Amino acid sequence: MTTLSAKDKEVVKAFWAKVSGKGEQIGTDAVARMLTVYPQTKTYFSHWKDQSPSSPSVRKHGITVMAGVGDAVTKIDDLKGGLLSLSELHAFTLRVDPANFKILSHNIMVVMAIMFPKAFTPEVHVAMDKFLAAVSLALAEKYR
Amino acid sequence: MVEWTDFERATIQDIFSKMDYEVVGPAALSRCLIVYPWTQRYFGSFGNLYNAAAIMGNPNVAKHGTIILHGLERGVKNMDNMKEVYAELSVLHSEKLHVDPDNFKLLSDCLTIVVAAQLGKAFTGEVQAAFQKFMAVVVSSLGRQYH
Repeated sequence: MTTLSAKDKEVVKAFWAKVSGKGEQIGTDAVARMLTVYPQTKTYFSHWKDQSPSSPSVRKHGITVMAGVGDAVTKIDDLKGGLLSLSELHAFTLRVDPANFKILSHNIMVVMAIMFPKAFTPEVHVAMDKFLAAVSLALAEKYR
Repeated sequence: MVEWTDFERATIQDIFSKMDYEVVGPAALSRCLIVYPWTQRYFGSFGNLYNAAAIMGNPNVAKHGTIILHGLERGVKNMDNMKEVYAELSVLHSEKLHVDPDNFKLLSDCLTIVVAAQLGKAFTGEVQAAFQKFMAVVVSSLGRQYH
């Protein structure tokens, strides 16, 4: 949709600085929630022996995803360029339907609201929503 | 007709019985107007919506947020009949208010985030699933009479 304004980037970086310490927890909970609330997303993880929210696979994947988000924060001035190889991975190997990026983004924000109710103000919410949408767009860049 | 498990019924009743409509309603509506500013198109008569602070302090927004939650309560009280419960409101939103039904989902997502912040850890994945299922049925019922 829209490009990130200077203010958006500031707000995202400031909020990320506050919450990145809990990155692993955020990622794990977000992925677990996604699998529970949107069971169709489990189709991408049929190779996991254990798809339950408390499984080590979910935790490992949550950590991976959140590390990616953290990386994206450092590349916030050029997401398309910075996330090029991740985009190629998602396009050619993982082939995740991009509609699912929106689903995971929603769950990341639900977890942020739960863990940081006071800090996740409407202003932070809109900046984070825009940022995650921009990350999703960058991830879909190489699809076709 | 929608099938509800006992867990889903109990969860929805529980969440709404403990909710302060006058806090959650205004918070959800103002969050929607801030996070998705194009939704402001429907509130031209509400006065000052120029920035987040103005929206959050606007008494018309607060009043309307509370009204919306009372509207949701009707669905909570009639979970097996939601199509019928919302038929009239659906006609209203379509023919009189001319609201793009995609907006219902935006408000629903904001309400989910507000409820999540309120309930904290109690808003587990299973509770979230039940809540989002309920909201999806409301959204679908509200969109049904559009043509």
